[in-house]
Amino acid sequence: MGLFTEEHDMFRTLVRDFVEGEIEPHAEEWEASGMFPARELFPKLGALGLLGLQYEAEYGGGEADPIYQAIFAEEMGRMSCLGVAMAIGVQTDMATPSLARFGSPELKEQFLRPAIAGTSIAAIGVTEPDAGSDVAGMRTKAVRDGDDLLVTGTKLYITNGLQADWVCLLARTSDEGGSRGVSQVIVPTDSEGFSVSRKLNKLGMRSSDTAELVFDNVRIPAANIIGTEGRGFHQQMMQFQDERMVASYQMVGAMDHALQRTADYLKERKAFGKPLMANQHLAYELADLASEVDLLRHYNYNAAEAAKRGEDITRFATVAKLRSARLARKVADICLQFHGGVGYMEETWTARFFRDTRLWSIGGGADEVMLRTLARMDGFWAD
Amino acid sequence: MPSTVVAGSFCYRRVTVGKLSYMNVVVCVKQIPDPADPGALDPTTKTLKRDGKLILDESDSYGVEMALQLVGDSGEVTLVSMAPNGEVSGLRTALAMGAAKAVLVSDDALKGSDSLTTAKVLAKAIGRAGDYDLVLAATESSDGYTGTVPEQIAEVLGLPSVTFAKSITVDGSSIKVDRQTEAGYDEVTCPLPAVVSVTAGVVEPRYPSFKGIMAAKSKPVDQVGIADLGLDAGAVGWAGAGQEIVEVVAAEAREAGEVIEDDGEAYNRIVTFLSDLKVI
Ligand SMILES: Cc1cc2nc3c(=O)[nH]c(=O)nc-3n(C[C@H](O)[C@H](O)[C@H](O)COP(=O)(O)OP(=O)(O)OC[C@H]3O[C@@H](n4cnc5c(N)ncnc54)[C@H](O)[C@@H]3O)c2cc1C
Repeated sequence: MGLFTEEHDMFRTLVRDFVEGEIEPHAEEWEASGMFPARELFPKLGALGLLGLQYEAEYGGGEADPIYQAIFAEEMGRMSCLGVAMAIGVQTDMATPSLARFGSPELKEQFLRPAIAGTSIAAIGVTEPDAGSDVAGMRTKAVRDGDDLLVTGTKLYITNGLQADWVCLLARTSDEGGSRGVSQVIVPTDSEGFSVSRKLNKLGMRSSDTAELVFDNVRIPAANIIGTEGRGFHQQMMQFQDERMVASYQMVGAMDHALQRTADYLKERKAFGKPLMANQHLAYELADLASEVDLLRHYNYNAAEAAKRGEDITRFATVAKLRSARLARKVADICLQFHGGVGYMEETWTARFFRDTRLWSIGGGADEVMLRTLARMDGFWAD
Repeated sequence: MPSTVVAGSFCYRRVTVGKLSYMNVVVCVKQIPDPADPGALDPTTKTLKRDGKLILDESDSYGVEMALQLVGDSGEVTLVSMAPNGEVSGLRTALAMGAAKAVLVSDDALKGSDSLTTAKVLAKAIGRAGDYDLVLAATESSDGYTGTVPEQIAEVLGLPSVTFAKSITVDGSSIKVDRQTEAGYDEVTCPLPAVVSVTAGVVEPRYPSFKGIMAAKSKPVDQVGIADLGLDAGAVGWAGAGQEIVEVVAAEAREAGEVIEDDGEAYNRIVTFLSDLKVI
């Protein structure tokens, strides 16, 4: 395929070997404990330059073209504990893009550099108990007090919530309401008034820690505002595009691997005197899904190329997020189904895969929210 | 004090700056067909088909890692490889890990070379690698397994040979090698330069970093043919081989193990089995 250079191929091998060598041996343990040791894993990723591929070299980034990001995330998607892939995605593509894009040099020095090195752990705080899909309904406030801001509010379902050193937080810096008067601010978690109120127990992505965070009059410098005060909503919408693409890239790797593993199993398992794979129905179902994964994969690469050209990728990211999440649910369901009883057992990868992939139709913007965006974009809309 | 000693066909240089020494290490690396893909033998030559993409032999990644650790920030690792079709993929991996440069010998006339010819060619290539203090190689390759090339290189170069190293420490102008044996290990001291074969698994080969991968492409690979090395086509390849592959036979299939049904007393059978083996 003409898209990939020799370096791209070597890079894919590196990430695959890293996942095999540094993540897979611990997957069971991390799943069971409901958390993975980000403080051990992230510096290893950082040392290899994997946490800041697309960022400026000045802060330790790789200034790589977006195809590297796609390859990285696809390979992350092959791991058997997708919660860790998600947590890494938060660090690389969900909590840091705005900081890299709009942050002041001082803020980047203080927070982006260690995030790229993997020595500090980032979280993204958007969702609140009463505002998920409708981000503009959020209430968390950051009120001016001289050169400082006082942050008060609650954020829910925050990935890396137990381990984060700082949160890229969406907060109201004025009373304008709706999407106005909202800013992105960085809140260090060692600030007084910050607390983790709950560790959340989830259906899947269990190797990732998810938390409810409470901000009770947390004092931070106003200089911690990322980019322009009051432009936070717009900036966050851009950051969501990175988040959605990374989810889609990961799902391609995840589905590819799942279909392959299922095929391997069907060749081994015998019923009615022959391998299960000898049933045309099963073979064609897998081929059908593989063709859909292929379409998505190349759609993703087109998105990466568009990003490389500096184009707005909102439509790409919306379509990719929607299609990948829905396809992953289908793939997970069929892989489990074709394994039969053993597929329903926790000891088989299919069970966890089924639970883990289910997230992506909700997290990072629900399928319906993607449809809402697309409908509006394409004029399928009336008020 | 820099000093240069020229002896026979090789030359080496050691620079000692206080306690820090500058060190150049040559690592012989083989590029082999990916062991994950089923390999095939050429029915006429009875040798492994090596015309596809080749990768760095995992056995050699230990030598590369050891060399990188030995030189640290004060020295250079140079790779030497003999491979068909100007293949560099495996070299790029080792360059991405941190090696500085490579010498690649690629020549159609080399097809069919036996291990002694390979050693002679590599010895010549090592001569092109510049000044060096130490030559490392794997104890054996993962696709050929003759396990003789490093010792032959040492002989051709007239250098001391140490085999099965599990660790190497440099001490001035000599090295201390822990040499793996069946019973444990030998401590061997050896003057430099020397040729040392490194046992697989004794160090943890580093992952090439993203930056390493990006830098690898611009690192120099000196690609040469046999004429550049002053070798004659009649002395290498099939023509020069003093060794012939007469026949290739499939390894005997393993026999099925004995299944012992446990009737409550099966442990006795296991105890007897183990004591017959003199394990207990
Ligand atoms: C494991 C996990 C990790 C997460 N990590 C983070 C994180 O790190 N940071 C963060 O900020 N958030 C995070 N989230 C939150 C996630 O982004 C939200 O759950 C998601 O945006 C949906 O919001 P909600 O849960 O409030 O659902 P609601 O907004 O209450 O929506 C419920 C459902 O209603 C439907 N719906 C909503 N709006 C519409 C509409 N306009 N039209 C039609 N149907 C609609 C959808 O089916 C939706 O699923 C995480 C969530 C999970 C489960």
